[in-house]
Amino acid sequence: MFKRPETLTDKQFHYCPGCTHGIIHRLVAEVIDEMGIRDNTVGVCPVGCSVFAYDYFNIDMFQAAHGRAPAVATGIKRTLPDRMVFTYQGDGDLASIGIAEIVHAAARGEKITTIFVNNAVYGMTGGQMAPTTLPGQKTTTTPKGREKDAAGLPVKVSEMLSTLDGAAYIARVSVHDPKHIMQAKKAIRKAFEVQQAGLGFALVEVLSTCPTNWGLSPKESLKWLADNMLPYYPLGVYKEPAEVK
Amino acid sequence: MSKVLMKGNEAIGEGAIRAGCRHFFGYPITPQSELPHYLAKRMPEVGGVFLQAESETSSINMVYGAAGAGFRVMTSSSSPGLSLMQEGISYLVGAELPCVIVNVMRGGPGLGNIAPAQSDYFQAVKGGGHGDYKLVVLAPASVQEIIDLMQVAFDVSDKYRTPVMLVGDGILGQMMEPVELADEVTVPEIPAKPWAASGLKGRGKPNIINSLYIVPEVCEELNKKLYAKYEAIAAEETRWEEYQLDDAEIVLTGFGTAARIAKSVVDKARAEGIKAGLIRPITLWPFPSEVYARAAEHTEKFLCVEMNMGQMVEDVRLAVNGKKPVCFYGRSGGMVPLAKDVLAEVKKIMAGGAE
Repeated sequence: MFKRPETLTDKQFHYCPGCTHGIIHRLVAEVIDEMGIRDNTVGVCPVGCSVFAYDYFNIDMFQAAHGRAPAVATGIKRTLPDRMVFTYQGDGDLASIGIAEIVHAAARGEKITTIFVNNAVYGMTGGQMAPTTLPGQKTTTTPKGREKDAAGLPVKVSEMLSTLDGAAYIARVSVHDPKHIMQAKKAIRKAFEVQQAGLGFALVEVLSTCPTNWGLSPKESLKWLADNMLPYYPLGVYKEPAEVK
Repeated sequence: MSKVLMKGNEAIGEGAIRAGCRHFFGYPITPQSELPHYLAKRMPEVGGVFLQAESETSSINMVYGAAGAGFRVMTSSSSPGLSLMQEGISYLVGAELPCVIVNVMRGGPGLGNIAPAQSDYFQAVKGGGHGDYKLVVLAPASVQEIIDLMQVAFDVSDKYRTPVMLVGDGILGQMMEPVELADEVTVPEIPAKPWAASGLKGRGKPNIINSLYIVPEVCEELNKKLYAKYEAIAAEETRWEEYQLDDAEIVLTGFGTAARIAKSVVDKARAEGIKAGLIRPITLWPFPSEVYARAAEHTEKFLCVEMNMGQMVEDVRLAVNGKKPVCFYGRSGGMVPLAKDVLAEVKKIMAGGAE
């Protein structure tokens, strides 16, 4: 029977129509339910569109300063090593202002799980360029499209973090169609299992949409993701410990 | 009890452990380095956690995580590092999380230098970060007082669910003095924290650690709640030392290292027939304003001595409220006032030559 996971509250999501945050929230909640860890899990939400995630996840939650969720999660995990701790962060939060925190949490092999939602744009603040904005992509701060001489090139987070010895599991997935959604859920589960087994830092990068700031319909957004983001951000498992293969 | 010789910075660490703190997150900076060195060794001995963060920004956010999970936790730094922590401190206040933050101050502004200074008084007592808030700020003047105040810091922090800052300087941090220490490390009683977000563990309703108050009416309520808390703290937790105050014609004042110098000047002045006294605030916030107001009734003049260009003197003037002249003598940028120069200033003031 299809029903709301216990790990989601009945609060209505505030996300825009066609935004995939709702799907990703649900996948995380389903994994927590299925692993039976709801009673033992603490989540950390970011600044950005998912700032209110503490109202949606039906577990103990923290709201962290912009970019600092991995540091907050470190403080939680180091005091409560037997709890499952995850961060839920967007691309501005994780890959721009919080890049030091995520790199060092990974380098320390911090036993936390990070759900990294990459939709190539700042959502909540009004569609500005993100570190993951594609070359040529129009945003409110790159009105003619992102030009490399002026605004540089995107940060490929999964590729970068997978070079760190402390990172145990790194995967990039997408939620633009049902097949990919199922694959994304498997990766999210694995990222929690890696933490549960104490194997080190785990991150799942989830390619996501932003119809509002992309200026596209929900349906067009899914196509735009598949046509433009997939070639630039190849899906796959970048790093995986032998224990969970 | 035994008497042991300890460095100020190490006493901060041992004082924290005696107060039940088992988690420390910090980033290297001079002149507080002996503290993380000490705790890197000491924390594992008592089953605690020492973690060197990648920045002060991360340290303070690790503190946010540990405090929100319900644990006694501390970080320490020196002036520029504290500037980096201000955002996190504001979040800690907004989420009403207890923790202890140490600032072993140095010369500034900018990178300044590593010499002792008191240049962060404003930052410590007037808010520091964004938003409407205050920190409880403790200013020890001896190594023994560091040990004693660390316990106060954690207790007050837990009692009121508010961050507490302890400020010192390079002199206090580096000097060695004998301290009384209990032979056994005992874990003191730490109040229950039913609000902590530490996993549901059978609790029905999730706990949320948050400083987002999107509805202005609700955010105003938070501010009112914080200020009611500050009123209670001011009534209950104000601390100060008075010395030779009763018949004083000139009252010297200062905190921490500067107060020690001022105290020695009081003795020197009295030896020369000048009736001098001292007020030393131990809590910089809440500020012991009433003590100054009372002293203003019978003394002639005040002299505020600081290791900065004149910061606490503003609070002294507010407390004295124009009733008597409040003079200032300070050295800054890592320079330390000499007792003989302060004494000369006292003489000049008493001769009517300075304001």
